[in-house]
Amino acid sequence: MADTVAGHVELVPVQLVAPDGVPTSEDRYHRDLPPETLGWLYELMVVTRDLDAEFVNLQRQGELALFASCRGQEAAQVGATACLRKTDWIFPQYRELGALLTRGITPAQMSAVWRGRWHGGLGFTEKCCAPISIPIGTHGLHAVGAAMAAQRLGEDSVTVAFVGDGGTSEGDMHEALNMAAVTSAPCVFFIQNNQWAISVPVAHQQAGPSIAHRAIGYGMPGIRVDGNDVLACYTVMEQAAQRARDGGGPTLVEAVTYRMGPHTTSDDPTRYRPEEELQLWATRDPIDRYRNYLEHLGVLTSRLAERVRARSQRLRDELREAVLNTPDFDIADVFDTVYAEITPELARQRDELVAELEWEG
Amino acid sequence: MTQTIERPATSGDSGDDRPPRTGPSTQTVTMAQAINRALHDAMTADDRVLVFGEDVATLGGVFRVTDGLNKTFGPARCFDTPLAESAIVGIAIGMAIRGFVPVPEIQFDGFAAPAFDQVVSHLAKYRMRTRGDVDMAVTIRIPSFGGIGAVEHHSESTETYWLHTAGLKVVVPSTPSDGYWLLRQSISSRDPVIYLEPKRRYWTRAELDTSTAGPPLGRAAIRRAGRDVTVITYGSLVDTALAAAELVADTHQLEVVDLRSLNPLDFDTIAASVRKTGRAVVMHEGPRTLGFGAELAARISEELFYDLEAPVLRATGFDTPYPPARLEKLWLPGVDRLLDCVAKAMSQP
Repeated sequence: MADTVAGHVELVPVQLVAPDGVPTSEDRYHRDLPPETLGWLYELMVVTRDLDAEFVNLQRQGELALFASCRGQEAAQVGATACLRKTDWIFPQYRELGALLTRGITPAQMSAVWRGRWHGGLGFTEKCCAPISIPIGTHGLHAVGAAMAAQRLGEDSVTVAFVGDGGTSEGDMHEALNMAAVTSAPCVFFIQNNQWAISVPVAHQQAGPSIAHRAIGYGMPGIRVDGNDVLACYTVMEQAAQRARDGGGPTLVEAVTYRMGPHTTSDDPTRYRPEEELQLWATRDPIDRYRNYLEHLGVLTSRLAERVRARSQRLRDELREAVLNTPDFDIADVFDTVYAEITPELARQRDELVAELEWEG
Repeated sequence: MTQTIERPATSGDSGDDRPPRTGPSTQTVTMAQAINRALHDAMTADDRVLVFGEDVATLGGVFRVTDGLNKTFGPARCFDTPLAESAIVGIAIGMAIRGFVPVPEIQFDGFAAPAFDQVVSHLAKYRMRTRGDVDMAVTIRIPSFGGIGAVEHHSESTETYWLHTAGLKVVVPSTPSDGYWLLRQSISSRDPVIYLEPKRRYWTRAELDTSTAGPPLGRAAIRRAGRDVTVITYGSLVDTALAAAELVADTHQLEVVDLRSLNPLDFDTIAASVRKTGRAVVMHEGPRTLGFGAELAARISEELFYDLEAPVLRATGFDTPYPPARLEKLWLPGVDRLLDCVAKAMSQP
């Protein structure tokens, strides 16, 4: 295991594969994953990008209210989630398609949010995944609480909070990091620094040397990792999770990546983002890099390519089907899901609305 | 590192109908002691119940309401947190997701504000957002309201914020017995409860019978029967209303309704009383505009207009910040303000 201690953070991100696909000299972290895992990571990244593009298409066709693309962040999300156990709880924000897909959440389950069918996503908790959180930075505390629950249940599970660079400016993130450190909670904070919080660059979010450096003040390890290097994200997060499982407490991981798309489909990044910056990051594309690496290794077989293509097509079909052909929920559900047992007043209001709708026919 | 909780083979609910495992079932106690007893009994009955907050463990709470819990149940189940109210509620949500029954304390009403986002954006909505997949069995205890000569931010009425938030239950005890039973029922609830403890009545003594369960949440109590004017109130002001009723007993019969639970609301009891008296006065400490009195007056007007002999009146605090301690007695609704409303209601043609 890499020598990661509280009190020292390296500014240079951990990188196992260089942007051209060649292995780096980094020797503190292992990259010797079995070929099936290597192929699986590739599959997840490509399918994430394809599905993400299909979400954008559906929004442009007027079928979705909104979508927050994770294009460019596939390595960070897939790597950070693929290294976990299925019993480790993840707490996603709204830009986590790659993490959700890796966790086995279906297009139908995740599209409910963007279609406006239901808040939060459908049935996520069955997969040890919290509903997506839209208020920024607030769900880190839920991850800490769930980690404290795991401690009390005697489990060796961990929790992972997915937060962005902007999210680290929120007060709740300070409370979450501090609470986790004080209680040695088995929680990993995975900060995707995608450089932009809508229109505000990360340099305006904080004045310190990096987001990971904040870990020093909290008394926990802080690690910067190349967020466009899926193997680096996988192995750094795997080690952070293992430290938490072993009772070593939380870790703050900053994945340095880039949001290639707009904030959401409603945003116009040309108003604030220099085109040259986008071009620069395009040369660091996480999927191109990993494809080159796998080709070097000889893992990228035509069989794998076909499997990826087929799954991508199937999931895009599933998404389109779910979005276009799933009926809306009953308006009564909005009332019936508020309390375990509906209150008399709420029942009265529900019946009032149902009667109003029946009258209108 | 916290200790792991040993889970018994069967981990049932709090078993409100069972006698407590410790202490005599009937004794005279203060409300603070009754609430403490409820926490002890709830933690004994259900090992998923966790108590945490600022100064609740070693100190036993600034009002000693959590006294002894840390010693009896250990640091995994009763612990002090860093001074961070949003975190206190936020971690409770994460624990509830994993099946625990957190009973966090916010030390004073005024310090609920930093936790507001976690309560309103997450705690209250979690069941609905997950289409009922997740129970948020969290009871947030908040020593509340004024009348104890405290400094700023220690005397606030916060109930309206919570009542305006779908998904929360809001409970206010007025007696030691209710302090015990309403808390036991709140902790048993699968939904989040904001449990507002009237600090002014923490030291009021009365008999507590822990062997017979009180009524479920959502039932008001008629504390005094009368035929002339219905006084609707809760928490600290129930005793004030009873004192007023006694004072004018020779001329007017006041019926005092103690709501006990503001949501769910027992409107049936209110309606039955107002149909009988034809007059209603709502009393609460919080500011008048959009206080709970506004909602009750509207609802009574909507549903009972033709039973009314007089407009529904409100004896409340004012639309100002809570005043300094030396002025609070002048500002708070008391016997005089209530009886002014009663006189006005009775003088309607």
